[in-house]
Amino acid sequence: MDVEILARVQFAFTIGFHYIYPPLSIGLGLILVILEGLYLRTGNRVYEMAVRFWIRIFALIFGIGVATGIIMEFEFGTNWATYSKYVGDIFGSALAAEGIFAFALESGFLGILIFGWNRVGPRVHFFSTIMVFLGSLFSAVWIVVANSWQQTPAGFHIVGEGLNARAEITDFWAMVFNPSSVDRMLHVWIGAILAGAFLVLSVNAWYILHKKYLEIARPTFKIALTVATVFSLLQLFIGHRSADGVSRYQPAKLAAMEGHYDSSSSADMYLLGYVDNKGQKTAGLKIPGGLSFLVHGDFKAPIRGLNSFKPEDRPSQVNSIFQFYHIMVVLGTTMIGLSLLGCWLWWKKKLFDHRWLLWIFAWSVLLPQIANQAGWFTAEMGRQPWVVYGLLRTSDALSKVVTANQIVFSLILFTIVYIVLFALFIFLLHRKIQHGPVDYGTKETIEGGQRRDNPLLEHEQAL
Amino acid sequence: MQTFLGMDYNTWWFLVFGAVISGYAILDGFDLGAGALHLFLKKEESRRIAMNAIGPIWDGNEVWLVIGGGVLFAGFPVAYAAIFSAFYVPFMVFLIGLIFRAISIEFRSKEPWLWWRKSWDIVYCFASVVISLSLGLMLGNVVEGLPLDQRHEFAGDWLSFFNPFAILVAITTLALFMMHGAIFLTMKTENRLFVKMHVLSNNFIIFFVVSFVITTLYTLLYIPHLSDFFKSHPIYFLIPLLMTLAIANIPRQVKIGKYRFAFISSVITIALLLIMVALEVFPYLLYSPKEPANSITVYNAASSNRTMKILLVMALVGTPLVGIYTSFVFWTFKGKVKLDEMSY
Ligand code: HDD
Ligand code: HEM
Ligand code: HEM
Repeated sequence: MDVEILARVQFAFTIGFHYIYPPLSIGLGLILVILEGLYLRTGNRVYEMAVRFWIRIFALIFGIGVATGIIMEFEFGTNWATYSKYVGDIFGSALAAEGIFAFALESGFLGILIFGWNRVGPRVHFFSTIMVFLGSLFSAVWIVVANSWQQTPAGFHIVGEGLNARAEITDFWAMVFNPSSVDRMLHVWIGAILAGAFLVLSVNAWYILHKKYLEIARPTFKIALTVATVFSLLQLFIGHRSADGVSRYQPAKLAAMEGHYDSSSSADMYLLGYVDNKGQKTAGLKIPGGLSFLVHGDFKAPIRGLNSFKPEDRPSQVNSIFQFYHIMVVLGTTMIGLSLLGCWLWWKKKLFDHRWLLWIFAWSVLLPQIANQAGWFTAEMGRQPWVVYGLLRTSDALSKVVTANQIVFSLILFTIVYIVLFALFIFLLHRKIQHGPVDYGTKETIEGGQRRDNPLLEHEQAL
Repeated sequence: MQTFLGMDYNTWWFLVFGAVISGYAILDGFDLGAGALHLFLKKEESRRIAMNAIGPIWDGNEVWLVIGGGVLFAGFPVAYAAIFSAFYVPFMVFLIGLIFRAISIEFRSKEPWLWWRKSWDIVYCFASVVISLSLGLMLGNVVEGLPLDQRHEFAGDWLSFFNPFAILVAITTLALFMMHGAIFLTMKTENRLFVKMHVLSNNFIIFFVVSFVITTLYTLLYIPHLSDFFKSHPIYFLIPLLMTLAIANIPRQVKIGKYRFAFISSVITIALLLIMVALEVFPYLLYSPKEPANSITVYNAASSNRTMKILLVMALVGTPLVGIYTSFVFWTFKGKVKLDEMSY
């Protein structure tokens, strides 16, 4: 197989795997801050136990996020050497900023967050929790800025020619605030927070279904439900802004997202569908003129179609882009529906009465995960055939000295390692969840029959 | 060419890169070393204590590698591209080593079963050894130089990485880290484990000194151009001299029980070693011995002056911040290791 395909498969695989974890870290970070803040305000031990439990899960997730992230940082140099030279001036400064300002903050205070409970006072610990959360938010900033720059380049000029051409910064802030970075940043953050909130919802729904740790599970569930509701509604709004940006700066991507070929006509918006790229036809359940309306506020306005781009300048995997995009939107809408339903039942004081709903919540952790991946696949495949939109082609961006065999070697290695890693992760997560949010120390002493001062546990055993 | 305090930006950024890499070697050096000697500890309790000694800080230490990657990418993209694509195979092995090490630390304590813990101990130890060796191997090859073509890309075969000099550097790196880690663990332990670490420290000091001397002799005999700089600038012989003193000071301090000073001496040793490397290679980042014109230098590999300026501002703002919270975290976890219910 040729180097380009292999390198792309490897990049998609490693970043896709990495991207399971950082959103969870960011989202759980917010939940940790809320829970610990509540504990400090109220002194209620329920919150303390919940925080301590989620810190352990956080540590597990964070560990894998770090391990897989380091691969990403160097993969640009190993597999995309020409790209690295081309964008080094711009991309490099974002990565350097990420290391100095974000990762160092995050990893430094992580030690205190996990191991510092008995070493520092509660306020210092809370401060560390906030720092870890902020660090994780910042680490997303720089990497998304770099990615947004390659979607909508700004604040640079090109020096050199042919294989030696490269982009140089002319205006740092224009580079940072390129046309898509703010919208995409917010969109990614919210996606991450949803990932965390739905993980917490899932685990607690499972506890409630199994009548375990109810004192802890019910309040935590409500907190996570609130977060999920607020942010899933916001996501609809921000997602729309992203789509608006795409229509302006990456028209070929927009056309691929809705499978729109013909420039002279108005564009439909599909709820579900299928694109036949050869026959250049799209079929499915649609709102006629819907896309035109969203972009121009007019159902009849024409939208530039794929046919108006030269074949070598537009993405070829139109059906995949279409499907990924629609998966994301459908799941986003599902999350809104689910959390609003939850809130309504909460208001009616029947939140925990319907087992079927709790079962849905127990599986809901998958919704934001799939939506996040689908979103990135939309954005990245829609960007093709360019690595840097309109400037550098993916096929020109490779490392000239790396052979197909070397990539096959590393790809096999990563596949094996990541499968093992994922299996272990799920196994340990599952065991931790079963173990539950009860202090390890207290539980052991109680089982040894020495101490019985934990009302929650006694209650638990009575149930 | 713009300058700052009389030195051009490229040289400044080279210094920043050198400082970050030294920071990485000093900080991650001791936890990699602690990992590499893990299997010398036999009891479950000892292994737990040794792991918890680095538990809260190893991740922060590893960030220096991430920063180093960013610093190289940002300041010298051509070198970043050439080095990592040339070292494709050893670098992938290195990265897989990092993954396994991170998860072995994280996973080991999650289950009480003996077989589980013993398996992760082995993974942890092997990964630490592999990481140290591959780092040394790549360093050795960078110091020697690689064949490069006109586009500054690697024009050789990766099997040539396994040459005698690079292998010697790899072993020396491992020995250095093991010594560094053993001294660190001696500071962090008590009672019988402490006695054991004291003995191990002495053994690894010998291991390091022997491999270091062999590597130095080999360099002087077979790769004379590496000492050119010192021959033409005799005043700089002060640096190897100081380093010899620092190395000699390590066993002395260990003997009288001043482990903290021994640790500081091994920190100084690492720093001086890397300063020597930097002086030998500067202004080259990657030297091409056969075609010196194709070499990568701090000038032909650099980003634009404007980027360098932005980067220097970032470094000036960021480094003190990192320094403050790194010291805060180290200070929080100072003293001997005590296991509690949040420990690994
Ligand atoms: C700042 C850079 C950056 C960032 C933050 C991301 N990517 Fe990306 N992505 C690239 C930089 C990049 C790239 C280096 O530019 C690739 C490699 C080849 C290519 O065309 O673009 C790429 C390709 C690429 C592909 C292959 C596309 C194709 O071959 O058609 C996928 C599926 C993803 N990425 C997915 C992701 C995911 C899930 C990300 C979430 C974290 C992500 N990308 C973040
Ligand atoms: C292609 C791009 C990416 C690269 C090169 C990359 C690089 C890295 C690296 C090197 C680490 C480990 C840092 C450490 O040691 O602490 C890491 C972890 C992390 N990354 Fe990525 N990353 C990428 C994509 C993303 C994206 C898109 C996000 C966020 C939206 C993100 C968020 C994080 C976070 C929060 C962590 C901390 C570890 C964790 O929380 O699990 N990364 N990444
Ligand atoms: C509900 C309606 C939604 C709309 C209209 C929407 C819209 C979009 C659009 C247009 C893009 C492509 C942006 C680009 O290529 O520059 C995108 C990307 C993305 N989406 Fe969504 N989205 C929605 C929901 C969600 C949800 C619920 C999640 C996750 C929980 C999510 C996660 C992502 C991610 C991670 C990306 C890639 C990063 C980016 O390009 O911003 N989206 N979304």
